[in-house]
Amino acid sequence: MTEKGIGARVPRKEDLRFITGRGRYTDDINQPGQAYAVFVRSPYAHARIVRIDKSSALAMPGVLAVLDGQDVAADGLGNLVCGWLVKSKDGSPMKMGKHPLLAQEKVRYVGDRVAVVIADTYAQAKDAAEALAVEYEELPAVVELAQAHDAPALVHDEVPHNLCYDWELGDKAAVEAAFAKAHHVTRMELVNNRLVPNAMEPRAAIGHYDSGQDAYTLYLTSQNPHVHRLVMSAFIGIAPEHKLRVVAPDVGGGFGSKIFIYGEECVVLWASKKIGGRPVKWTAERSESFLSDAHGRDHVTTAELALDREGNFLALRVNTKANLGGYMSTFSSCIPTYLYATLLAGQYKTPAIYCDVQAYYTNTAPVDAYRGAGRPEASFLIETLVDQAAIEMRMDPAEIRRKNFIPKTAFPYQTPVALVYDTGDYEACLDEALRLVDYAGFPARRAESERRGKLRGIGISCYIEACGIAPSAVVGSLGAGVGLWESAKVRFTHTGKVQVLTGTHTHGQGHETTFSQLVADKLGVAYEDVEVIHGDTEKTPVGMGTYGSRSLAVGGEAIVKACDKIIAKGKKIAAHLLEASEADIEFKDGKFTVAGTDKSKTIGEVVFAAYVPHNYPAGLEPGMEEGAFFDPPNFTFPAGSYVCEVEVDPQTGVVDIARFVAVDDFGNVVNPLIVEGQVHGGLAQGIGQALLEGARYDESGQLLTGSYMDYCMPRADDVPSFEVVTARGTPAAANSLGVKGCGEAGAIGAPAAVINAIRNAIGVRVEMPATPERVWRAIQSSPLAKAAE
Amino acid sequence: MRVSMTVNGKAVSGEVEPRTLLVEFLRQHLGLTGTHVGCDTSQCGCCVVHVDGASAKACTLLAVQVDGSTVTTIEGLAQGGKLHPLQQAFHEHHGLQCGFCTPGMIMSAADLLQRNPDPTEHEVREWLEGNLCRCTGYHNIVKAILAAAQSMRGMAKAAE
Repeated sequence: MTEKGIGARVPRKEDLRFITGRGRYTDDINQPGQAYAVFVRSPYAHARIVRIDKSSALAMPGVLAVLDGQDVAADGLGNLVCGWLVKSKDGSPMKMGKHPLLAQEKVRYVGDRVAVVIADTYAQAKDAAEALAVEYEELPAVVELAQAHDAPALVHDEVPHNLCYDWELGDKAAVEAAFAKAHHVTRMELVNNRLVPNAMEPRAAIGHYDSGQDAYTLYLTSQNPHVHRLVMSAFIGIAPEHKLRVVAPDVGGGFGSKIFIYGEECVVLWASKKIGGRPVKWTAERSESFLSDAHGRDHVTTAELALDREGNFLALRVNTKANLGGYMSTFSSCIPTYLYATLLAGQYKTPAIYCDVQAYYTNTAPVDAYRGAGRPEASFLIETLVDQAAIEMRMDPAEIRRKNFIPKTAFPYQTPVALVYDTGDYEACLDEALRLVDYAGFPARRAESERRGKLRGIGISCYIEACGIAPSAVVGSLGAGVGLWESAKVRFTHTGKVQVLTGTHTHGQGHETTFSQLVADKLGVAYEDVEVIHGDTEKTPVGMGTYGSRSLAVGGEAIVKACDKIIAKGKKIAAHLLEASEADIEFKDGKFTVAGTDKSKTIGEVVFAAYVPHNYPAGLEPGMEEGAFFDPPNFTFPAGSYVCEVEVDPQTGVVDIARFVAVDDFGNVVNPLIVEGQVHGGLAQGIGQALLEGARYDESGQLLTGSYMDYCMPRADDVPSFEVVTARGTPAAANSLGVKGCGEAGAIGAPAAVINAIRNAIGVRVEMPATPERVWRAIQSSPLAKAAE
Repeated sequence: MRVSMTVNGKAVSGEVEPRTLLVEFLRQHLGLTGTHVGCDTSQCGCCVVHVDGASAKACTLLAVQVDGSTVTTIEGLAQGGKLHPLQQAFHEHHGLQCGFCTPGMIMSAADLLQRNPDPTEHEVREWLEGNLCRCTGYHNIVKAILAAAQSMRGMAKAAE
């Protein structure tokens, strides 16, 4: 039984449908009588909509409806909302500009939704969308984050200086005092480059209004179908919650971008009713994804670290400007605040930290959570700043980190930025990473590279993140509009098979396998006898979905709690069947045994008795199905050490990643095969951010990087084979499984390791993405190059 | 316009517009939804199928261009209920996560291995230039392809 239980490298049970082409993604679904939606999008970054003349589009063959912002307003539909209220320093609430489903009066970024055309076929809808006459009056655009404050235009007329909020965290006075007595201050300006999430499956939706039942069904690409249902019901007002079924079938990756409630999915659901109940399908083209999926990152930061003579960190002071884009997205306010500044202690015992953040609107696509969400920005800042400090203090970068690590004896550890780290052993991860990479042998490898005309560098990054999002009371006190518990139901059938219903959603993470392992282990049933069901609001209990590396740490723990209830009930039944006292029944490996005897009943026998209760405890309900909700008492804190070795070609500026070692503390690991895969994927995204990816708008607000020909995604020959170790865990305290979450680590830790390695190779720091051109230019300006002349 | 072709060993035909792409014909006319569309610039490779034995991006071909051809999609790769060694290896080595790029990856890799039965890791990575994956970091995809190559060489040897 246990060869497929907790800790086993079980290949995934969900694979079969995907490797044979039988996955069922939203665009694979077609419904009888289905019509097609195509959105008309703004070609301008900032413009007033003067007139929309629908007549020519409506006259096109097959066109059923053309709907715009006025139709949305006429039907009284609500606006898209940001679900986390952040307050400014002065106590005033963030200034949320109106975000209608279809633009009203103004458009605020290239790709903003202006109208939708519904037609019998996709081709007809597309042709008619091109024929729709929209007259715009172009306005000056606010494009650059750094200039947003004093820009000549306002993205939202009611928001002065385009400033949504000016927020702070930490003890400013203590930080000022520490800086005043510092031996040395390391100061740095950083840009955290804007990224486009690019899940391989573009967003898609099929909305259907059934007039016979007066009920709605929406198939869509979602990481959290219940959250979609809640927002579409409570805030948009399309349908009452109990009359709306939301299904997220197989979903082709999310990385955050499919958490959010966007206009398009709402519109197709509403449009189905407008055209008399025919299903309406929309599938984004990749160009639309680039324009309209919420982007990630996009910070401009000044950071200062105060040190004493010995290299101890005294204080950290950070100012960040964060780009929100044209509108607030579903969780965009909390990313550059509570998921960012709270992580600025990193793995270090820095006693005083102060951070303030100004979040600005610009005429660009909305910015929200993307793999890591705030934590990559914090980690990149700390780990490049610490590296810079090591250089300035003439210390070894590993040594300065060791000197300042929170020692393993100090847990639980209260940081100066609100969080309490539960467990960790940072030095152990660093030691292991340096051993694996052969840190001591680096000078010899560098010399060997030099003989081939290459510059070799090594870079360290010791990241931390907060996962298992999140304790509801904590996030509630910080402004979250929802609770962040998770739910599960565990249901036995007559024949002893198990259905697990989870409120989380799997879109690549392998929950069907991991949760099956978990239940097989807890209940002593065969792994093959467990079926995991998710993604359908009509089947699963209300859940909050998958993001923030929470599915196992929060959702998995809810499953454990449901299993515990199954076992507790099973003990009552077994005691009755075995004519023993309930207190004497022990449960292990799928058997209820009277302690100290060989009298036992298998869980299958007990379950059968529960469904055929001919001989059954008086007063006990029949059946074997238990549900549980779990609200974690704390976040979990995965941490690790990454070491990257690069070889730079000084002639071309091309960076080759020669080695990448990742040692992660994820606490206990249920399936190492899946966990390593999560790290690999995160590392590639982190390396992508460091070397290749960057969304760029021109001065008029046109997206220059709007396709895979212009936006450089990591390809197979851009990344190396990784050396990943996940076996050094200190179990998490916030759940009984001791698991921490592994989905985002790679993307959080990798960028600083790569950028530090490049600096180590060429002697100067290069902004992300460190493209060959930037690296080559940096080499030309480097003291090393000057010395060579 | 009428097109006819052999898809996964079966003769099929249908009425299409001149602008209908092969991938649209496969997905919408034949219901073979294993071939995916991940982009609109022929970069991502989610739609790779075999046309007359060679890998091709089904989003760059019009259905009428392949009139009379033989097409194999991911649904036709397993023979006689037995997974292709690449399918088996992707499963064993966790070479897929969300599964969206997987059909294209496997079909592309199948063409590589018929051209080069013993590729190096470098050759595999170069071959995969035209296939994007956002989940796996390619690590386990490369591992799976190398493992499948080995097992296919073993099978070929055994058959000699």
